[in-house]
Amino acid sequence: MADLEIRNLHVQVDDKVILKGVNLEMSGGEIHAVMGPNGSGKSTLANVLMGNPLYQVTRGEVLYKGEDLLAMPPDERARKGLFIAFQYPVSIPGVTMASFLRTAVSARRGYKQELMPVGEFQKLLRSKMEALKIAPEVPGRYVNDGFSGGEKKRAEILQMAMLEPEIAFMDETDSGLDIDSLKVVADGILRMYDEAQGGMGVLLITHYSRILQFLRPHFVHIMYDGRIVVSGGPSLAEELEQSGYEAIREQFEVVASEVREDGAVRRAGKVFWVVH
Amino acid sequence: MAATNPLGVELDHYKWGFRDPEKYVFKARKGLDREIVEMISSMKGEPEWMRAYRLHSFEHFTRRPLPTWGADLTRIDFNDIYYYLKPTDGKGHTWEDVPEGIKRTFDRLGIPEAEKKYLAGVGAQYESESVYHNLKEEWEGLGVIFLDTDSALREHPDIVREYFGTVVPPEDNKLAALNTAVWSGGSFIYVPAGVRVEIPLQAYFRINAEKAGQFERTMIICEPGSYVHYVEGCTAPIYTTDLLHSAVVEIVVKEGARCRYTTIQNWSTNTYNLVTKRAVAYRDATMEWVDGNIGSKVTMKYPSVYMVEPGARAEILSVVFAGKGQHQDPGAKVVHAAPDTQSSVVSKSIAREGGRAGYRGLVKVYPGAVRSKSAVRCDALILDDHSRSDTYPYMEIEEMDASVVHEATVSKVSDDQLFYLMSRGVSAGEAMNMIVRGFIEPVVKELPLEYAVEMNRLIALEMEGSVG
Repeated sequence: MADLEIRNLHVQVDDKVILKGVNLEMSGGEIHAVMGPNGSGKSTLANVLMGNPLYQVTRGEVLYKGEDLLAMPPDERARKGLFIAFQYPVSIPGVTMASFLRTAVSARRGYKQELMPVGEFQKLLRSKMEALKIAPEVPGRYVNDGFSGGEKKRAEILQMAMLEPEIAFMDETDSGLDIDSLKVVADGILRMYDEAQGGMGVLLITHYSRILQFLRPHFVHIMYDGRIVVSGGPSLAEELEQSGYEAIREQFEVVASEVREDGAVRRAGKVFWVVH
Repeated sequence: MAATNPLGVELDHYKWGFRDPEKYVFKARKGLDREIVEMISSMKGEPEWMRAYRLHSFEHFTRRPLPTWGADLTRIDFNDIYYYLKPTDGKGHTWEDVPEGIKRTFDRLGIPEAEKKYLAGVGAQYESESVYHNLKEEWEGLGVIFLDTDSALREHPDIVREYFGTVVPPEDNKLAALNTAVWSGGSFIYVPAGVRVEIPLQAYFRINAEKAGQFERTMIICEPGSYVHYVEGCTAPIYTTDLLHSAVVEIVVKEGARCRYTTIQNWSTNTYNLVTKRAVAYRDATMEWVDGNIGSKVTMKYPSVYMVEPGARAEILSVVFAGKGQHQDPGAKVVHAAPDTQSSVVSKSIAREGGRAGYRGLVKVYPGAVRSKSAVRCDALILDDHSRSDTYPYMEIEEMDASVVHEATVSKVSDDQLFYLMSRGVSAGEAMNMIVRGFIEPVVKELPLEYAVEMNRLIALEMEGSVG
């Protein structure tokens, strides 16, 4: 059984249906890429998996190590080892990165009443900052407050490094980064992945295949209109790079026009679709 | 004696809601008339001018109507209050001299401990009278005076007479008149020219009896080039009936001197807290008010600075928290009456559980106060849908050559922020706490470390159960 099992997940915001039956399985040690055009539901998937209260799950289930993930509040998911690197991290004025990180790491490591000892925390923080080339003033700054786009993305990676997740959802971590920053971020993720020795899975959500050249995914999924319509190996990303999302759209329209009844399976080119 | 608040929840919630058995050497009858005023004065053995001043103020009090703006004060029954409660005969110079029951109270509040660790001097007032006052020798040797105001009137009558009622005259408002009529206790601080008291002086005010009023009078005189930081804290028990705290604070900051006055007010939620605080700042002097209001049922308090000579500066930082049943109406008043004066006001208010918090302020720039600068920033954070925040910024700018900036924000804790923190493993309650702590951080970081810790702890206590 996979660590994370997503079964027939339907999600909406208010009356707008966004996910229309997503199925996906992943385990620690695997790198998955979820690609797709804007508005296909990629970010929604990552947010729902982390428990963002904005989204309502209307059907389906998600199991994490056999437990009902959807019944857990976000903080419990995080303490159990899930992590999300946000596309647009919010700022928390007045709260320093250092105090926030210490609270978060303490929660993740199971400290109940008191926090992780400050010396131990400082040592951990210093080593992670060094590895990720984080500027020394960052811990003293307020969380994401006044950070540039690139600084925010790197701060997300720092948080990920500190929390040592078992599965990380990375929501467009590559967007808005120049090639040098992208390389630093990708190297950081790869180092965490290697250090975890098969203990960490990564679900990369991306619009472009650029970051995939650094982080070779084991599996590539393509999302379209709220569903994963194609899954494959690393070569799928390359094909997509050549054909673009236009080809997917055309194939999708073929199956969408053919399929009417529940449970029917159709395929057109690479796109398959099960009607729910 | 009537029962205390039967709502155990609230009693648990407010840590300082305990009370001691009443053991007073003197308790005046309830209510207020000329006789009570005369009695207070004669018990204290005051000079004739003070007795006359009290009576004059009492007359003004009876004629003056209650303010009709701000919080609702019509439920205060001025005849159902004890105006003078004398807890003990002597006043201690060491904690051993303080009667055991009262000492225990201050022990529970951690005052003697704090004195040893990080204070230059401590005063403690219990009901109407100061029960303890001590200034470390080092500062006494430099000519610093730190006494309760009654002792100051006896030991330094000339200085007291010179300044008493000059910054806040009894005619200023009804509550100032009341205080001047029945005042008792409070701190008197005199800092000689050039003396810098580098560590804070603190006074602690405690009300214990039911239906008690506390009317301390505090005066701080900073001679040229001096510096002092005075800190006050306040608590009271929880009764089903209301308590009244109505202080007057007068501060004179002379040329080039700097005075910082920090208040952490945590009165029980049955206390009316109606205080007049005002400072006069002379040439190049700086007055700073740091005002934290957590407790009380109603607070109306607008620390003011009158900048009367060129180069004077005012800084007012205010943080206020209003929970269930609380109406907090704090604010600030800065008066630019000379050229090149500068003021800055930062107000942070938090409302939850139906509480009402806000800011009421005045920026006044007189003609001729050229090149004056004033910046006011008011931020309100509302934690649920049934709480309320009001901002009343008044401006009277009569000089074209002045720069006045006002910024105000009202925000709610966003789901995005909560989700962000929770996605890192932080519980909902702690996430809410962090956001609130961050919101008040610009003010809290101005507090000495020990008080910053206390402030954050108080806020955390108030926030308990805020996330369902």
